[in-house]
Amino acid sequence: MTAVLQILFDALSLGSLYALGALGIALIFGVMRLVNFAHGDYIAFCVFALLWPSIDAAAIVFIGKLPSLILIPLVIAIGAGLSVLSEIVVFRRFRNANPATMMIASFALGFVIRYFLLMLYSSRPKSIDLWSNLSLPIEIFGARIPLLQVITICTTIVVLLALTAFLKRTRFGLEMRAAAENFTMARMLGVRANNVIMLAFALSGALAAAIGLILVTQTGTVDIQMGVSVMLVAFIATVIGGLGSLTGAVIAGFLIGGATVLMQVILPVDARPFRDAFVYAAVIVTLIWRPNGLFAPKSAKQRV
Amino acid sequence: MTLLEVKDVTVRYGQLTALRKASIGLDEGETLFVTGPNGAGKSTLLKAIAGVVSPREGEIRLDGRRISGRAPEEIARMGFSMVPEGREVFGGLTIEENLRLGVGMRADKDQAERDLEQVYAVFPMLRERRDRHAGVLSGGQQQMLVIGRALMAGPRLMAIDEPSLGLAPKVIDDVYAILLRLRDKSGLTLLIVEQSATRAMLTGGRMILMRSGEVALAGDARELARGDTLRAAYFGYGDH
Ligand SMILES: Nc1ncnc2c1ncn2[C@@H]1O[C@H](COP(=O)(O)OP(=O)(O)OP(=O)(O)O)[C@@H](O)[C@H]1O
Ligand SMILES: [Mg+2]
Repeated sequence: MTAVLQILFDALSLGSLYALGALGIALIFGVMRLVNFAHGDYIAFCVFALLWPSIDAAAIVFIGKLPSLILIPLVIAIGAGLSVLSEIVVFRRFRNANPATMMIASFALGFVIRYFLLMLYSSRPKSIDLWSNLSLPIEIFGARIPLLQVITICTTIVVLLALTAFLKRTRFGLEMRAAAENFTMARMLGVRANNVIMLAFALSGALAAAIGLILVTQTGTVDIQMGVSVMLVAFIATVIGGLGSLTGAVIAGFLIGGATVLMQVILPVDARPFRDAFVYAAVIVTLIWRPNGLFAPKSAKQRV
Repeated sequence: MTLLEVKDVTVRYGQLTALRKASIGLDEGETLFVTGPNGAGKSTLLKAIAGVVSPREGEIRLDGRRISGRAPEEIARMGFSMVPEGREVFGGLTIEENLRLGVGMRADKDQAERDLEQVYAVFPMLRERRDRHAGVLSGGQQQMLVIGRALMAGPRLMAIDEPSLGLAPKVIDDVYAILLRLRDKSGLTLLIVEQSATRAMLTGGRMILMRSGEVALAGDARELARGDTLRAAYFGYGDH
């Protein structure tokens, strides 16, 4: 029983990270048909922002020293700000370009951010002690679960509920859903394209910041590669969920997280090092079965 | 007073010229029918006004202000409301959400609430299904929804691309009855792409006939629809 609980929490917390990442990508894809490959680098940027720029091996903690109540909103604002800035400076020029061009532009932007960080901080991973006491386990029904896992899962649930309420209950949310479905028609009804797109970027960047904070607490390191593996899975999750579907992205994120943890448990010991091969095989089978993803939106109209 | 002025507007899609120096004028409170064969450029004319396609040459003015080159949302906010070809309901949104989308730009929210009630009064079918997804509506019901949605924006000028397409005759009558009531009651200016000459005749107003991207003929709807000139011009013979 306790083992099952442990597996469940492992699966949910890993799935949470993937779900948050997938959501960040799906939000922008929804309104712009852009797959933003720079998303992983937003995560790294937010994490590095905790440190003072220096190429020394030892980290000089800067923002990371602030009390949590200031630190968390500040890092989220940094993520949102960077994301919005990249929209204004880069992606806005590609509004009417084809999706492949936009994708390449996002790759390039990702590299620019990455090398900018390398220049300021060098390529050596640095260690940082951010809320390390959260890694201590707490007892839930006899199982010893790291507190951070519980916090990660709760944060994700809160984020998902808040985002749902925002999309369903507010004027801006309504406009975003309409724009995601048929951008041109939404504009003909007076929905301001720039506002909706900037908002999507802000939300997406805020999600990247949240992932960065969770990762850095988990690993205790600041590394340029930080966002890469989460983002790779998050991209896959958005495709499996059905590009353009927010719900699909979240569910697929949790499914992949669950599958990964489950494989780790049920695979024979010899096969465990190859766990990811099994996970991705499952991904391929899913895509052959449902090429448009599990929850493909019915009407994903191209924007003009 | 002139509300809409389209002057020598040319629109190209790549090599193809869909509008060739087309000009129309529309006074406040007037109804203008646009007719013509398939591919004549009728929908393109409406899209150019809406700002969805940008003219290569010429200019478009709404209420004296230049709108060509502006974004669709700005043009909508200046009082232009459009029911495009192919209906374009938001299938994933509820019926009421579809209707409320058009309200965003209006300052007077109370008036918007009253307009919502009025749209529901005119289309009781929409009220009954207000919380259902618009995707489940039939074609005719969707047509009612998009007309209601366009009205919710409180427009001064409303353009409708083929309101009769795919609707039962009874429903077409209903739709026109509503449009005419709005025209007579609140002075709504209408720009309607309509294939049926009979409908234009019943409604009255002015009419233009487009062919190969040009305005081939213009005149009083009743007179044009009655005579042979329209037929002749429609099929491109008897050019005079
Ligand atoms: N997005 C587009 N890209 C390329 N060509 C287009 C596009 N839209 C329209 N056209 C072309 O422009 C011309 C005019 O099209 P338009 O839709 O304005 O005609 P229409 O008068 O509305 O026809 P119908 O009565 O069939 O609706 C046609 O030859 C059409 O093939
Ligand atoms: Mg047409």
